Amino acid sequence: MPLLDVRNLTTSFHLRSGVVRAAQNISLQLDRGETLGIVGESGSGKSVTCYSIMRLIPQPPGRIESGEVLFDGQDLLQVSEAQMRDIRGTKISMIFQDPMTSLNPYLRISTQMIEAIRVHEKMDEKQALSKAITALEEVGIPDAASRVRSYPHEFSGGMRQRVMIAIALINDPDLLIADEPTTALDVTVQAQVLDIIKERQQRLGTAVILVTHDLGVVAGTCDKVQVMYAGQVVESGAVDQIFYEPQHAYTQSLQKAIPSLGEKNEALYTITGTPPDLAKPISGCAFYPRCPYPKIKGEEGDPPQLVERADGHCVRECGHCDRSKPIESVLAQEVTEAAE
Amino acid sequence: MLKFVLSRFLQGLLVLLAIYALTFVLVALTPGSPFSSERAIRPEILAQIESFYGFDKPPLERFWTSLTNAIQGEFGPSAVYANRSVTDIIGEAFPVSIQLGAISLLVALGIGIPAGILAAVKRNTWLDYLPMSASMVGICLPTFVLGPILVLIFGIILQTLPVSGWFGPEYMILPAATLGLFYAAYFARLTRGGMLEMLNQDFVRTARAKGVPESTIIWKHCLKGGLIPAITYLGPATAGIISGSFVVETIFQIPGLGQWFVQAALNRDDFLILGLTVLFASLIVVMNLLVDIIQVALNPRLKYEK
Repeated sequence: MPLLDVRNLTTSFHLRSGVVRAAQNISLQLDRGETLGIVGESGSGKSVTCYSIMRLIPQPPGRIESGEVLFDGQDLLQVSEAQMRDIRGTKISMIFQDPMTSLNPYLRISTQMIEAIRVHEKMDEKQALSKAITALEEVGIPDAASRVRSYPHEFSGGMRQRVMIAIALINDPDLLIADEPTTALDVTVQAQVLDIIKERQQRLGTAVILVTHDLGVVAGTCDKVQVMYAGQVVESGAVDQIFYEPQHAYTQSLQKAIPSLGEKNEALYTITGTPPDLAKPISGCAFYPRCPYPKIKGEEGDPPQLVERADGHCVRECGHCDRSKPIESVLAQEVTEAAE
Repeated sequence: MLKFVLSRFLQGLLVLLAIYALTFVLVALTPGSPFSSERAIRPEILAQIESFYGFDKPPLERFWTSLTNAIQGEFGPSAVYANRSVTDIIGEAFPVSIQLGAISLLVALGIGIPAGILAAVKRNTWLDYLPMSASMVGICLPTFVLGPILVLIFGIILQTLPVSGWFGPEYMILPAATLGLFYAAYFARLTRGGMLEMLNQDFVRTARAKGVPESTIIWKHCLKGGLIPAITYLGPATAGIISGSFVVETIFQIPGLGQWFVQAALNRDDFLILGLTVLFASLIVVMNLLVDIIQVALNPRLKYEK
């Protein structure tokens, strides 16, 4: 039995302007010690999926419409709010994107860390404080015993994210959800933060969901990848499958959009257009308007289904476009046409 | 922290000095004098009166005398009420205003802040709409409308409370309610706004992800920051509320300070005008200083920027 088994999770937001289907029919599995990367551009439903697992979607306007979130065999969407609170922070923890705003500026680091322990476990203040100091030392904060008394604004961004990680891991959770943990940090600090997560994962066997739009980070840290577009999973599989044999036009385009070292004086490839408005129903393939392949059918049609292949590689195959030529030649042709 | 308080204190003294000078000049420039009346006064008598009050001296010398006296807490005699000094008048009326003001402030904070917190926590439900509509009415309804309505209900129809006067605790209820409810409406709106801002912060999401119960999130994580707008308003509100309200004192016939502000201006009672202005300005300065100190105590980020 996998540690986390999400089945057909659908979350939408009921706004005045309409119903936004932020995550549709999401399924994912994760074993202990594994790392799953969720990639996709802003608004593709990555974060919504994570918040739905934690049941942290603001309700209203959000609503988890259907699906199951089986964690250790227990459906988290069926448990009471009190039970869910017991799970948050002990079994499942979360790190957020912006370390500058994720810590409470009015409370000392020590207060915020001790709280994370004592909400779940009867422990006296002193013991909890020493546990907090150990946790800070483990994420590489120098002079932790005195710095634990500081306020968040006395730390740099990278240090704050380390504090966030220390808080998230303080109760040894089985699953850590990291929602773009490195987006707000500069590159060298990014690497340090990812190393801390990896090191803890190897030592404690924590499963990790890593949300990011940095494909380089995914390649370096993840076992499995899920590519999301317009609230749907368009492709998922082992990290090698996604990087060496990308099947979906969106995944292929994403990879072409990574700037590479060495090639100078070459225009960077960008996926033209913008993602569809999720408040409007999408018929057919969500990526259709931006797909670089030659079209053989109109936009309308049945939505393509996510099909699992024998090797576990899942692709949402559309059949609206001519895939006879490889993406390189399609893109090369596009570039020459644009030049003419 | 000490340096911060000291510098604010010195700034306050400067402000008071400026206000004193400005008031003195404005009063001196106003045409007429406290002693002009419809009845003709013989010039020699007028000259005698003016010399008694020091009005015959050159303006600069008058200013200097009055300032040095004021620093020693002596604002001179009332120019209109014979044998009563400004200090006497303030000494009699101010305690009444402080008493009424303190009770009103308790009403204002005791109703306004819980109502604001409740409205923010239960936003967009009837527990939000009800207190917020009430506070909108409270803000729009002047005290000279609310006061008589309360008198009508509790004094005349129900006959449970005295309608006016100042003779004991039961006489304080209606005026304190009138004055307090008006400020309660403001505090409720400010508290709701502050708390809502806090509840939408990212750190609240972090706390939820840690498994912290909602009540702890409100009291421990949000209250400090959420009260800051209300506390900022607390300074001027306290100064205004304890220096008396002309309207409320007139409706309920209370011998407080508020009426003297109006009387002093109408009578051209130069010394009383100056004394009251300095009192009011000092209250504002002291209250704002207190509010600044409270804010530094509440918000750790402020300590290092000063």
